[in-house]
Amino acid sequence: MSWHLLKLSAESQCQIQNTKEMEVLKIATAGSVDDGKSTLIGRLLYDTKSLTDDKLEAIEKTSKQKGYDYLDFSLATDGLVAEREQGITIDVAHIYYSTPNKSYIIADTPGHVEYTRNMVTGASTSQAAIILIDARKGVIEQTNRHFFINNLLRIKDVIVAINKMDLVDYSEERYNEIKADFEELMSKRDYQDQKITFIPVSALKGDNVVNRSEKMAWYKGQTLLEHFEELDRKDIFNVGTPRFPVQYVIRPKTEEYHDFRGFAGKVYGGELSVGDEVVVLPSMTKSKIKEIYFYDKKYKTATRRSSVTITLEDEINVSRGDMLVKAGDLPTIDKQFTATVSWMDSQNLTVGSKYVVQHGVNKVLAKVENIHHKINPDYSGIDTSINALGMNDIAQVTFRLNKPIFYDSFKNHRTNGSFILIDNQSNTTAGVGFIN
Amino acid sequence: MSIVESELETLVDVSGSNELEVLNNNALENEAIYILREVAAQFEKPVLLFSGGKDSITLVRLAQKAFFPAKIPFPLMHIDTGHNFPETIAFRDKLVKELGVELIVRNVQDSIDQGKVVEETGKYSSRNMLQTTTLLDAIEEFKFDACIGGARRDEEKARAKERIFSVRDDFGQWDEKNQRPELFDMLNGQIELGQNVRVFPISNWTELDVWSYIQKENIEIPSIYFAHKRKIFLRDGFIWSAEDDVVFRAEDEKVEERMVRFRTVGDMSCTSAVLSHADTIEKVVGEIRESKISERGARIDDKRSEAAMEKRKQQGYF
Repeated sequence: MSWHLLKLSAESQCQIQNTKEMEVLKIATAGSVDDGKSTLIGRLLYDTKSLTDDKLEAIEKTSKQKGYDYLDFSLATDGLVAEREQGITIDVAHIYYSTPNKSYIIADTPGHVEYTRNMVTGASTSQAAIILIDARKGVIEQTNRHFFINNLLRIKDVIVAINKMDLVDYSEERYNEIKADFEELMSKRDYQDQKITFIPVSALKGDNVVNRSEKMAWYKGQTLLEHFEELDRKDIFNVGTPRFPVQYVIRPKTEEYHDFRGFAGKVYGGELSVGDEVVVLPSMTKSKIKEIYFYDKKYKTATRRSSVTITLEDEINVSRGDMLVKAGDLPTIDKQFTATVSWMDSQNLTVGSKYVVQHGVNKVLAKVENIHHKINPDYSGIDTSINALGMNDIAQVTFRLNKPIFYDSFKNHRTNGSFILIDNQSNTTAGVGFIN
Repeated sequence: MSIVESELETLVDVSGSNELEVLNNNALENEAIYILREVAAQFEKPVLLFSGGKDSITLVRLAQKAFFPAKIPFPLMHIDTGHNFPETIAFRDKLVKELGVELIVRNVQDSIDQGKVVEETGKYSSRNMLQTTTLLDAIEEFKFDACIGGARRDEEKARAKERIFSVRDDFGQWDEKNQRPELFDMLNGQIELGQNVRVFPISNWTELDVWSYIQKENIEIPSIYFAHKRKIFLRDGFIWSAEDDVVFRAEDEKVEERMVRFRTVGDMSCTSAVLSHADTIEKVVGEIRESKISERGARIDDKRSEAAMEKRKQQGYF
């Protein structure tokens, strides 16, 4: 090997002037086995020049070993030995790439029937989603499922990528057929405001992923990457009422900050400003925001999703799990609620069983009061005959709590309307719920 | 964030203060601070695993931010392979002094002396694998229930599957097929006695994110990250330091002096250098941005097999 190969890049004189904060967009992907999901992700990485030489070399080498005449990009994403052995994706993987404009995180979630739990997990932290359809197969039962979950999770921006267009002669007619089938599905959705964009692609050949397709001149819309590049914050986040769950109380007890009592947490849904009149839940004590700290500086306004420390005008008792909300903007305070639950554990959920509900950073004990009905995640209706939930089941469940929590409905507040269920014996996260 | 929005976030004068800045809206930084606060709130004995590398230095800054004006509420721990770059150790000691936090050091050499592990021999010998035993012993000794580390998902394929709160059993093992789902922001830190959680606050950062942050925050890092003249030799397409005894060098491996820098600062015996003239943070960021070789491309420990990292993680490696 010669010396010049041991440099990271050509002699780089480039100085970075651009210090603006990068926007981060997280995208969940859903597709069935062999829909070409890994190939699509690989294509995105390859065409945005995000694959480094050594990774590309490894892919080339392994593809050759396996006797493929194309580059098997799935090798870039499937990380576990079992996944490579079986040629499937088992667990959510995170893939990173960036353009000068945005940083992207792709949550690559497996699409098998039994992996609903992984799809829900990947979608819960994503702002956008890609649903992959094989152009030869069209809308199949799995597609219904992928769409159902993205809609249940209220992902605001969804791309339906109709893949393998090269195998249907780049046919506009076929594209329109699939689009029409999907639109029928859309009429059944619960969350109607979800924005859906159809893009015909060939991940293998690179059509309409990053670069425009010459073979599909009939398609006038954006490529996949163009679509994501132009997404704005308002396209992907709901703005609602501010909620400030207290994570941790900061008491330095130093001479300089002798009486300092700061409430550390993350602001969800809206903004909070100095001078705002707030109510502390559950004590219902009123006060005003005195200071907002981010590290060693004070600010007038805590923006959405910022991790700040807030001090109050009055000395009141606030501890972890309490919540600061604006006066006049109270959430529901109740010891009972009904939610759509997505079950993720091998131990069934049954009526009468007890769990820990973790709602944000607040934990309470909960008892399953009633299982109303199971929802088939393929839009085939509901099942009222069940009395237990198994892994990957989705159902309407009512819980009774040992203490009230302060919640919003999931459709109004993604953070304050969701919770996880923890099994007290195994300590595992057994399910997730979206409050009605 | 659009330009219009960022203007709206501009600060109005806070009475009695001259701070007039825009509140930082770095999603990755906010996430990391949130995670660190969850650790402090959910665990009784957390510790921050500090290697002296750029990722753990970044973690320290994030922890300062998370708990200001209080001190970082957990100690730092360094698992010292005894094969560290001297620059890294000097840097570590200076930083700890400035922070006023407790530093725990546990040595791989002690594990070797106690006969718990056997030193590798030969051309590719490294103490990197041996760290695991020392780490697990230290976790048991101090009864740590959460170990915060600077691993990132973009580093390696097995790490891409890692959770933010990753539960390990009594033997420090990672059960990759049975990980807890992590939904929304909610982190479940409930564990049994004897288990512990590895916490990765910068899971979602890329190498470039870390370097850009170091630049923006003006964070001091060890000098070996910058281009400097060093005596080196070439083997298997990698550049090795010839200045440090712990790196095995055969008689016929010719020593030359070159301008190099290190991209990661792990155990010296498995960390190779790259040719570089990047002697400032701006130039380093520029070089990383243009880079055609992945970060762990210079880590010989990952080259052992396709699944090297996954295997090490199952055994309790960091």
